[in-house]
Amino acid sequence: MSLTATLKHVGHVRLGKLEKGEKGLITQIGGIEFSVETVQRLMEMGFLEGATIEVLHQSPFGGDPIVVRVRGSLVALRRNEANAIEVLLDE
Amino acid sequence: MSKLITQIKKTYDVALAGNPNCGKTALFNAITGGNAKVGNYPGVTVERKVGRALLPDGSTLKVLDLPGTYSLNSRTLDEEITRNILLGKHALEPMPKALIAVVDATNLERGLGFVLELRELGIPLVLALNMVDLAKSRGQVLNLEILSRELGIPVVPTVAIQKEGLEKLLAEVCLLKSDLKPAVLIDWKKPDQNQIRSRFAEVDRILSLSIVQATQPALWTERLDQIVLHPVLGTCLLVLVLAFVFQAIFSWAEIPKGFIESGVSWLGDQVGLWLGKGPLESLIVDGMIAGVGAVLVFLPQILILFAFILVLEDSGYMARAAFLMDKLMGKVGLHGRAFIPLLSSFACAIPGIMSTRTIEQRKDRLTTILVAPLMTCSARLPVYSLLIAAFIPNMSVWGPIRLQGLVMFGLYFAGVVIALLMAVIFRMSLFRGPKPNLLMELPTYKLPRLKNIGLGLMERSVLFLKKAGTVILSVSIVLWFLVSYPKAPVGAHEAAISYSYAGIVGHAIEPLFRPLGFNWKIVVALIPGLAAREVMIGSLATVYAVEGRENGIALLGQRLSEDWSIATALSLLVWYVLACQCFSTLAVTRRETNSWRWPAFMFLYMTSLAYLGSFTIYHLAVKMGLGKI
Repeated sequence: MSLTATLKHVGHVRLGKLEKGEKGLITQIGGIEFSVETVQRLMEMGFLEGATIEVLHQSPFGGDPIVVRVRGSLVALRRNEANAIEVLLDE
Repeated sequence: MSKLITQIKKTYDVALAGNPNCGKTALFNAITGGNAKVGNYPGVTVERKVGRALLPDGSTLKVLDLPGTYSLNSRTLDEEITRNILLGKHALEPMPKALIAVVDATNLERGLGFVLELRELGIPLVLALNMVDLAKSRGQVLNLEILSRELGIPVVPTVAIQKEGLEKLLAEVCLLKSDLKPAVLIDWKKPDQNQIRSRFAEVDRILSLSIVQATQPALWTERLDQIVLHPVLGTCLLVLVLAFVFQAIFSWAEIPKGFIESGVSWLGDQVGLWLGKGPLESLIVDGMIAGVGAVLVFLPQILILFAFILVLEDSGYMARAAFLMDKLMGKVGLHGRAFIPLLSSFACAIPGIMSTRTIEQRKDRLTTILVAPLMTCSARLPVYSLLIAAFIPNMSVWGPIRLQGLVMFGLYFAGVVIALLMAVIFRMSLFRGPKPNLLMELPTYKLPRLKNIGLGLMERSVLFLKKAGTVILSVSIVLWFLVSYPKAPVGAHEAAISYSYAGIVGHAIEPLFRPLGFNWKIVVALIPGLAAREVMIGSLATVYAVEGRENGIALLGQRLSEDWSIATALSLLVWYVLACQCFSTLAVTRRETNSWRWPAFMFLYMTSLAYLGSFTIYHLAVKMGLGKI
């Protein structure tokens, strides 16, 4: 399953590209540049398809890492790993 | 005999498993009454905690606290050990007979995923729904019967910090006991992504049935985060907190440290008077009592630092601080959590290295441990002060900035730069691999509990005294022997130390240090200086025979400036920045990494670095004409 193909859908962005305050729905997780371990860890932390997500904070130094709210908890992650998560932005 | 058998029959193993931050430690403390024994699993750094829970009928349960993990996937060492124990594959820790799965009631959406994973193991299981008070205050209404029915396991609501629900929890564990059948070894396979998906889909199904009213977002946490994680306010707060912690370990610890030092020397004097001069007196006073003092003197700093760490950790601030620091630490390939150990190492590397426990990934943790002793600890300060005062002219460089201060700053700065540089190098060589990810939960803010902090401090102190302390004490006694024997011959000209084993070794290896500009007196003084860096001053005073005189230090400085060139002094300063002149650091590294391999490596790399650095500086200085005495 190719992530790049689905990314062409309008409105779909990678979580790592989101700004503070933006929110949406996780549509897909994975991608060839990410190890199975990273993807599974993300899933175990609650990053699963269908979950709502919101970027709450970003680091004062270069805006990376970010803090997101997902499945009832706050999770900090670097933008690089966040790019494994594809989000459909809220209108 | 029969009594023994009934005793064994009564003990019953139950293990606690759950996500980090679910209050598992508090629950463990509550059911065991804080009588835990802490140790390590052999060969690894993962902590092993066991205790006993007293049941109403007078029998006890042996309780094991498993490391907090998000899954059994074995990416981290914690997970691997938890999984091996739960699958009955751990060599020394048998599979527990029952499990208490602990979940944070305010975070069921994630916590229950791990419970379902545990359920597949076939070990009898009870669910402790912890922190139900917080969940209730956030509006959660839960149908426990449905939850228990859908999960297929008993569910007990608990509030660990108020000891609520504990009796019921233990009663449920005992009920498991009655219909206990030996758990079958199952053929466990790493779940694939679809299995994780379906596991969480099952969580959603169960929750949709059992949740009557959903939990509101943690309002207070999110409000506080508006300040704590604010780009400007949050950074200011972080700087304030760090400055406060640093100030505390640097200066508050000095007061109890002074008490300990004067107490130990008073005790030594008393024992000395009572025994009279002699070899036995020397062994007891200079060897043993001084050795115990060398161990105890670290306790104030360890206690103060860990009090802060436990408060920061329990309150939920630590994860936020790690988040704020992550960008900076990430540049040298370290985790955001590495900053507390590194900062603490400015006071002393011992508590610094002990505090690397908060770093999850093994590679991150080892890198941090290896570079921590390069941070300028307070024991280097007396050596720096002595040499700078004796050799660096007290002239103004620019306005109020004087050369002596500038050199002092340079030494501190060099330590930091080289520590960070070495972190980059270790990351690219020894601990190569993908950049560690941050991925860290920010727990909700909670008021830290005095009792849990007290227990945590007890654990740390006992571990330090028992494990590192014994090594430090025995090495101190060995060093005492080396500097005391054999005695100087009658009518000797040199100081007694130069006839001792330390003196003999010093003379023997002196040619090795000649390229650094060190004379044999320096080399001899370096040997007892291994016990603690500042001891070097006393040893120099002994070798230069200014010991015990009035204005000893000033006199020593004067003697040194008559005997050494500036190049030699600079070379020794650089040696002190880089060398691992501290046996206690090696002992605590051995304790924290559970092998002699890492302290050996630490000693070798730091000594090589120091040799290279001192050699370069000495020859540069000689070229600049500073080689004359």
